Amino acid sequence: MMAPHTALVSKSIDVNTLLQRVSDDGVGAVTLFLGTVRDAHAGRAVTGIDYEAYGPMAESELQAIASEVMRAHPGLRLAVEHRVGTLVVGDVSVAIAAGHAHRAQAYDASRAVIESIKQRVPVWKREHYAEGDWNWVDPTSSHLTSVTS
Amino acid sequence: MTSPSAGTITVLLFASYADAFGARQVSAPISAPCRVSDLVEALRTLPGGARLPAKPLVAVNRTWSGHDASIALGDEVAVIPPVAGG
Repeated sequence: MMAPHTALVSKSIDVNTLLQRVSDDGVGAVTLFLGTVRDAHAGRAVTGIDYEAYGPMAESELQAIASEVMRAHPGLRLAVEHRVGTLVVGDVSVAIAAGHAHRAQAYDASRAVIESIKQRVPVWKREHYAEGDWNWVDPTSSHLTSVTS
Repeated sequence: MTSPSAGTITVLLFASYADAFGARQVSAPISAPCRVSDLVEALRTLPGGARLPAKPLVAVNRTWSGHDASIALGDEVAVIPPVAGG
C-alpha cells in the first residue's frame, strides 16, 4: 500500500500537485473534493475565516484518517491537505484527491475522509462578518453549522 | 509537556477556550497522576474556567482521551473546543 500524503499547510493548496500524487497508469478514476470559504453562514455575510489548528495533533489525525480509509479501500491512492491561517471567500481550505481503478471507491473514500476530518481533526474556524465582528464556529451549537463543507 | 512546577499540570488551549482563559496555555492546580475529569475540574477554578462545557474534549499526548483516562507526569494535555475543520 502506498502511503497517503497528508499535510497541514499555511499557503495555498496546490491542487495539481495533489492530483499528480494520486494518478498512475492503474488509476481509472480520480475525485477531487475542495472545501472553500463561502460568503455567508447562518444568514450572515462572511468576509473571511481564520483557521487555527493544534498542529501536531491535526497532522497525526489527518494521517490516521487517511491510513484508515486506505485500508478500507485497497488500491486507493490518497492525498489530503488542510490549510490554516487567514483565508478569504473563495479560498480552498481543504483538498482531498482520491485515485482508484474504479469510481465508486474514489467517491466513497473522498466522502469518508472529509466526514472524518470534521469529526476528529483539531481545527477551528473564526468567521469574520461584514459588520466587522467575528465568532468561533461551533458545529455542536446549531444544525446549520453541522452541514457546512 | 512537563509541568512547570510541582502541583500543577500545563494545559494547552485553543480557539474559543484560549479566549475564555485569556491564554494559550495555563497551569491547572492539580498534580499528575490524575484523571482527565479531575484536571477539568481543576481548570474550572481558574479565571475563565466557568466557560468550559460539562465535558470538554481532551487530548492526552495528541490522542483523544475520555474523562476516565489517566494523565501521567510529563504528558502533553490539551483541552479542545468543538472541532470545525473542513
